[in-house]
Amino acid sequence: MISANEQFPPTQKPSESVSGVTVRLAGDSGDGMQLLGTQLTNTSALSGNDVATFPDFPAEIRAPRGTRAGVSGFQVQFSAEEIFTPGDGLDALVCMNPAALITNLSDLKGTGILIVNSDSFDAKDLKLAKLEENPLDDGTIEKYRTIRVPMTTLTRGAVEPTGLSVKLADRCKNFFAMGLVFWLYGRDVEPTLRFIENKFSSKPEIAEANRLALKAGWHYGETTEDFASTYQVPKAELKPGTYRNVMGNQALAWGLIAASKLSGKELFLGSYPITPASDILHELSKHKNFGVRTFQAEDEIAAVCSAVGAAFGGSMAVTTSSGPGIALKGEGMGLGLILELPMIIIDVQRGGPSTGLPTKTEQSDLMMAMYGRNGESPLPIIAARSPSDCFQTAIEAWQIATRYMTPVVILSDGYIANGAEPWKIPEIDTLPKIDVCHPTEFNGDDEFLPYKRDENLARPWALPGTPNLMHRVGGLEKQDGTGNVSYDPANHQHMVETRAKKVELVADFVAEAELEGSDNGTLVISWGGTYGACHTAVQTCVAEGMNVGHVHLRWINPFPRNLESLIQQYDQIVVPELNTGQMSALLRQQFLVDAVGINKIQGKPFHVNEIIDGIKTAAREVVS
Amino acid sequence: MSTELPVLKPADFASDQDVRWCPGCGDYSILAQMKKVLPELGSTRENTVFISGIGCSSRFPYYMNTYGMHSIHGRAPAFATGLKSTRPELDIWVITGDGDALSIGGNHFMHIVRRNVDVNIILFNNAIYGLTKGQYSPTSKVGSVTKSTPRGSIDHPLNPISVAIAAEASFVARSIDTNIKHLVAMMKRAAAHKGTSFLEVYQNCNVFNDGIWDYAKNKNTKADTTLLLEHGKPLIYAGGTKGIQLNGFNPEVVDLANVAQDDLLFHDEKAPNSQLAFLLSRMRHPDFPEPIGVFRDVDRPTYDDMINSQVDDAVSEKGAGELQKLFHSGDTWQVN
Repeated sequence: MISANEQFPPTQKPSESVSGVTVRLAGDSGDGMQLLGTQLTNTSALSGNDVATFPDFPAEIRAPRGTRAGVSGFQVQFSAEEIFTPGDGLDALVCMNPAALITNLSDLKGTGILIVNSDSFDAKDLKLAKLEENPLDDGTIEKYRTIRVPMTTLTRGAVEPTGLSVKLADRCKNFFAMGLVFWLYGRDVEPTLRFIENKFSSKPEIAEANRLALKAGWHYGETTEDFASTYQVPKAELKPGTYRNVMGNQALAWGLIAASKLSGKELFLGSYPITPASDILHELSKHKNFGVRTFQAEDEIAAVCSAVGAAFGGSMAVTTSSGPGIALKGEGMGLGLILELPMIIIDVQRGGPSTGLPTKTEQSDLMMAMYGRNGESPLPIIAARSPSDCFQTAIEAWQIATRYMTPVVILSDGYIANGAEPWKIPEIDTLPKIDVCHPTEFNGDDEFLPYKRDENLARPWALPGTPNLMHRVGGLEKQDGTGNVSYDPANHQHMVETRAKKVELVADFVAEAELEGSDNGTLVISWGGTYGACHTAVQTCVAEGMNVGHVHLRWINPFPRNLESLIQQYDQIVVPELNTGQMSALLRQQFLVDAVGINKIQGKPFHVNEIIDGIKTAAREVVS
Repeated sequence: MSTELPVLKPADFASDQDVRWCPGCGDYSILAQMKKVLPELGSTRENTVFISGIGCSSRFPYYMNTYGMHSIHGRAPAFATGLKSTRPELDIWVITGDGDALSIGGNHFMHIVRRNVDVNIILFNNAIYGLTKGQYSPTSKVGSVTKSTPRGSIDHPLNPISVAIAAEASFVARSIDTNIKHLVAMMKRAAAHKGTSFLEVYQNCNVFNDGIWDYAKNKNTKADTTLLLEHGKPLIYAGGTKGIQLNGFNPEVVDLANVAQDDLLFHDEKAPNSQLAFLLSRMRHPDFPEPIGVFRDVDRPTYDDMINSQVDDAVSEKGAGELQKLFHSGDTWQVN
């Protein structure tokens, strides 16, 4: 392995210190942009920056080459300050082809740097991107500081000593781009060299070619006169501790494993592959030594039903999916609800309806999570607010499921699922122990009553295999206490109300809503993956002297106990959501409050500025 | 010195719930035989679980004093797979009907069978939807006049045994609700088999589809319309007067006055290939006697064994999982 310092000498050019940088890497879906972005994220985090990412890729595995539909992007913000979003405007945009340029240029700041692979702007490339004129020549990019780099030619030259074919050599150009970006921001190449070593250990010539391309990119930056200086981003002041990067789906999987350990219950996952939830299945299937059993079911329905079966047997049962799968699971979730068995249902939301936008984010399954089942069928719902929060969310969901004997819905979304951020690794002994007990004795006069309830209205979780506690459960309405089939009208009303009451009681256990910012004026209520953008927007408004407060909801059903009194403190409620106003509707319904929505349904997360504008518009309206 | 286990009787397996099937329903017999079989198998009430879907037959678990789940229409195999994968020591019986297993639950049925989850599936085949009051089912014959097919059904029926064999079943058998001795024997064989055991039972619905299996049940006709399968024996029926011979790929009814027994088709339930079992499943009344008994009984690793041995292997290779180790795997950094 080459020594990094010799091969990648620190720049001799002047270096400007900046507090944060937002970079987007955009190219064809086969150009390796996700890999480039992941490396830039990791090395930035390892060097002590706070980071937030937004990978954005097409649903097709290999969309037609060079087309706009095939553009894959990865945005990362790395900062010396604590950040909550991957950034709005871009400080730098790297474009590997015309399609990438034309679909991403509008997000580049006026002061931003545009780096293009000038080798991929010939007539054929332009035609694939449906461009009549070359945007490099027609004035499109005039106002930006543009660095034209013949990356294909330079990469081919750099990797020539390895004797790779042109086709394989061209696949190294993302490492050339990486070398250039790493040089520009003074990033450490060591972690990436390690990555290359591991990833291509069985293909030494490819490993060598990638190292050469990386080095060529680095040296190109140092040599070319296009760059007069580089940028440095100092370390962020994060809370002391050991950190690592996590992605949302990974953190959910780890949270589930942790909850399983903390409760002494082995984890069973019944799942059917679906974007963007499949990575939870992939991650859990790697950790069988934690007693994890993963079952890739024949369909979404079998996935949820197998989880109910495992819950009946005493496992920590989980099913994971996205909107279309949750739609199919409705009946199974309803059975879990009437059986009053603990389990977790995870919905990693994506753009809908129907197949919708599989790889794009949205928050449009809230109403389905609330009401998407037949009959009166309330379930507790918690929404993760960021990639690292997914860990805590999974643990809380299992605490509630076991304490109240009910399925619990976790809402995540594509943005959180694939986004990454630093996670302060918790000390294991600070994690809550989750007490779960299974009866072995009668709880009635000489009999076992499977639906006799405790103070939380939870019924006993008696497991098959326990002598004398044999009982039958089923989807038919049952008599409270005995669990026997009952068509008694009064009993049905009692059972419906009891199941609803149980969900209400969850509010006794979960934390009250925390208020940030002003305690009067305009209250921003957000939920789920929009936390970072809403938090940053409110901070900005407060800094500008506006009276704006912020409550971010993690528990959505039930709402935190103090939410109503908080709402009453304000003149106005503003609810930013990536849907047409589902949370607004719930708030109106429950609190008779005129919630004003800021709604975006474009398959993309909020820009901070969009929320700031929305808050200001709403605030003006209430004044006028 | 031996430890005396309490000896259970059929009545010990009866729950306190009133049985609510129509008087005269074939389900009663199947329930009675099950209560008889379980004590004979040495099953315990606490380790036995009945899981059903929806339909008349699926009320079965409520009547057994064991653990039980009356689940969702067609999905019983999925619940059973989740339970058996995590609690392999339990004896699990899946109770289903022709609509439940082959129509709404066709997908799950096929997949539990191919995975070879170690459960016993009993399909009560009455070729009608009883609980919804008489619509044709996926096993109803073409032309069946029912509530939903006043001009006769036009759907080509499925053959449950053929479906199970095509889905790679390791154990397939057929019996008849009123043939008590045979039904008991088949239940015991199903229980003994490790892997998914599939038992089709001809069950009479005396309200909506009365008498459809009479040809196979009537003591005057059954010798000519059914053929008792016996492993390693030639296919003989009609009181030893007729047999089945193979002509090319096709079975043929022959008169034993003209054909020697050694020239008949011999049954081999252990045959590694499923061709013979499939061929037998295609013999239907009135062209052929319908085989009764075990079509196929072969060994294949079970899903529940394998899912659990992967966990055991992972633990012995990597050690029992530690959260600390997991969280610190890969790149980490320190903030002071």
